[in-house]
Amino acid sequence: MLTRRKLLKTGAATGLALATPGLFAPAIAQGAKIRIGYVSPQSGPLAGFAESDAYNIQAFLATEAGRNFEVIVKDSQSDPNRAAAVAKELIVNDEVNLMVVASTPETTNPVATTCEAEGMPVISTKAPWQPWFIGQQGNPGDPASWKPFNYAFHYFWGLEDVIAGFLNMWNQIGTNKAVGGLFPNDGDGNAWGDPNVGVGPGFAAQGYALTDPGRYQNLTDDFSAQINAFKAASCDIVTGVVIPPDFTTFRNQALQQGYNPKIITVAKAILFPQSVEALGAAGHNLSSEVWWSATHPFISSLTGQSAAELAADFTEKSGRPWTQPIGFVHSLFEVASDVMGRVSDVTDADAVAAAISATDLDTMVGKIAWKGEGVPPFAATNVTKTPLVGGQWRRKEDGTFDQVIVDNQTAPAIPTGGQMEALA
Amino acid sequence: MIWLDVLVQGILLGGLYALFAAGLSLVFGIMRLVNLAHGDLIVLAAFVILLIVATTGLDPFLAALIAAGWLLQRLVLNRVLGRDILPPLLVTFGLSVALQNGMLEAFSADSRRLRVGALESASIGFGPVTVGTLPLLTFASAVVAIFVLNRIFYTTALGRAFRAVSDDPTTASLMGLNPRSVFAIATGLAMVIVTLAALYLGMRSNFDPSIGPARLLYAFQAVIIGGLGSLWGTLAGGAIIGVAQTLGAQINPEWQILAGHIAFLVVLLIRPRGLFPRAVD
Repeated sequence: MLTRRKLLKTGAATGLALATPGLFAPAIAQGAKIRIGYVSPQSGPLAGFAESDAYNIQAFLATEAGRNFEVIVKDSQSDPNRAAAVAKELIVNDEVNLMVVASTPETTNPVATTCEAEGMPVISTKAPWQPWFIGQQGNPGDPASWKPFNYAFHYFWGLEDVIAGFLNMWNQIGTNKAVGGLFPNDGDGNAWGDPNVGVGPGFAAQGYALTDPGRYQNLTDDFSAQINAFKAASCDIVTGVVIPPDFTTFRNQALQQGYNPKIITVAKAILFPQSVEALGAAGHNLSSEVWWSATHPFISSLTGQSAAELAADFTEKSGRPWTQPIGFVHSLFEVASDVMGRVSDVTDADAVAAAISATDLDTMVGKIAWKGEGVPPFAATNVTKTPLVGGQWRRKEDGTFDQVIVDNQTAPAIPTGGQMEALA
Repeated sequence: MIWLDVLVQGILLGGLYALFAAGLSLVFGIMRLVNLAHGDLIVLAAFVILLIVATTGLDPFLAALIAAGWLLQRLVLNRVLGRDILPPLLVTFGLSVALQNGMLEAFSADSRRLRVGALESASIGFGPVTVGTLPLLTFASAVVAIFVLNRIFYTTALGRAFRAVSDDPTTASLMGLNPRSVFAIATGLAMVIVTLAALYLGMRSNFDPSIGPARLLYAFQAVIIGGLGSLWGTLAGGAIIGVAQTLGAQINPEWQILAGHIAFLVVLLIRPRGLFPRAVD
C-alpha cells in the first residue's frame, strides 16, 4: 500500500522531490503536506456558489503542485455563525497553514474576521469588496476608524465596477434614464441601496435618476408597491440585487400589471443559467454583471487550461452547465499554491501573510496582485480587483440560455459577443 | 385608485397565505399538532409535481392530483402520533431539517419552477384595477379548498369524527373511533391541501429546498388570527395579513412584513382566541 508518507519519503530519497521546482522543497523536507482550510456554503440557500468545489479541489490536488497539499473542506451551511465556528475548528483542531474562503459576505466575513483575530493568513474571494472590507470594521459608519487587516486578503470587484458596467450597458440603449431599484433588507441590498455610498450617487453622476421605494424582506410574495412606484416614476430601467425567487415573483407580477421596462439589469437573481431558464421567455435579454465566463481570455497558472477548457471539463465531468463561480474557486487554489510555494516556513503566519501581499500572478480570473490598483487607500493593502463586464442572457430555440458579453469598456481584454438589446 | 389596487392585491395575496395555512389549520385544529415541517412539505410536494411533469409531460394540474394521492398514501400510512404534545413537535422539527437536506441532496440547490406558459403573466382588467390571472386562480382555489374542507367537516361522518377526536379523544375512542386512524386521515387530507399550495407556490415563483420555513410564519399567523379550528377564519386571517402587508408596503416596503405582524398582534389584543374560534377550550 502506497501511503502518503511513504510516497513522500521515497520521493525525497530518490531525489524526485528535489527535481520538482525548488518551491516546494520546505514542505517536503518536513515530510508533511501543507494544509489548506477551505470554508464554503456547501448546503443551504447559497449552495449554488459552491457547486464546483469538489470538482475544483480534486483537479487541484491532481496537479503537480497540488500533490504537496491537503485541503480540508468545511461546510458553512450558508450560516455566518456556523462559518465562524468551522473556521475556528480548522485553525485550532486541524492546524491549517492557510485558510481560503469564498462565496458571499455571509461566508467570507465571519471566516476572515476569525482568521484575523487568530493570526491565520486567509485569502478570500467572491464577495464585492465593500461589504467585505467595510462590513468587517468595528464601526462601518465611521470611515476614520477603519483599519487594514494583517492577515486577511481579498480579491473581487466592487460596487463602483458594477455601477460602471451597468451604466455602460444602459448607455447603449435610448431610455428616459429613470431607474427603479429593488434592494432587499440584507447585506447586499443595504450596501447597494445606501443613499450615500450605494449605487444611487454613481447613477446620478451620469444623469440616471434612481427610484428606490425602500428595503423589502427577502422571499416577499408581493411586489405591487414597487411596481406602482416604478410605474409612477415611469422607469425604463429596473435594477437591483435580488434573490431568484423574488425576481420571478417581481417579473411575473410586473407583466400581470402591464409594467414593461426597456431594460432589466439585476445582480444575483440571474447569475446561474438554471434561474434564468426558470423564467422561460421572460428571461430573454435580461442583463447582469459578469465576473467570469467561458470566453474570458485567461489561462490557469496551475493546469494551463483556458477558461473555455475549464468550463468544458467541468461540464463533461459533472454533466452540469458552467457557472461563474467555477473560475473563482479554481483561482483560489492557484493563488494558495503560488503563495505557499514562495514561503520557506509554511507554519510562519507572518511570512505567509507577507507572501500573499507580494503575490503577482496571472490566474483563471485575471491578474492578482495586492498593489491597491483602483482601490481607495484604506483598503489598498487587503483588496485587489478582478475585471467585471456586462452580459445579457439570450434565449435559444430549445429554451436554454446563452450569456453574451455585451459591454467590455470596463475590461477591454475580455471580448464581447454582441450588442445590448432592449427587452421585447 | 392606487389604494383600491393595494386592497385587491392584498386580498389575493391573502389567498396564497390561506392556501399555505389551510393544511396547517386542519392539522393544528384537529390534533393540536404544530407541524413545523409544513413549509418543507409544501416544497417537497412542489418537487414531486415537478418530477412528475418532467417525466410524464402531464399538465401540472393533473400532476398535482397524482402527487396528492401518492403523498396521501405515504403519509397516512406512516403517521404515528403520541399522547404527549412535545414529541410530535420535535419530530416535525427534525422532519423539517431532514426534508431540507434530503431535497438538497436529491434535487440540488437549483432554483426551480413549474412552468405554465402564458398563464404566468396573464391578467384580467376590472375597471381601474388589473388583476393577475394566476393570483386570482390562487384565491379562487383557496376559497374552493376551504369550502370543500368545511363541507367535509360539518356534513360528513368523517367530519364528525374529526370534530369528536379534536374535542375529546378519550370519549371519542369510547364511542368506537380510533383517534390514530382519524388523525392519519386528517393528515392525508392536509397533504392534499399542501399539494395544492405547492402547485401555486411553484407557479408563482421559484422554489429551492431551503425556502420552506419562510412562509410558515405567515401561515401560523393566518391560523391564529382566524381562530383555532375555523377554516373560513383561516381564509380571513390570510386576507388580513395579505392586506396589511400590501398596505404597509405601499407606505414603504420596509413596513411590509412589520405591518403583517402588527395586524396579527392587534387581532390578538382584541380577540385573544382569534376572530372565529370554533372550540371552547
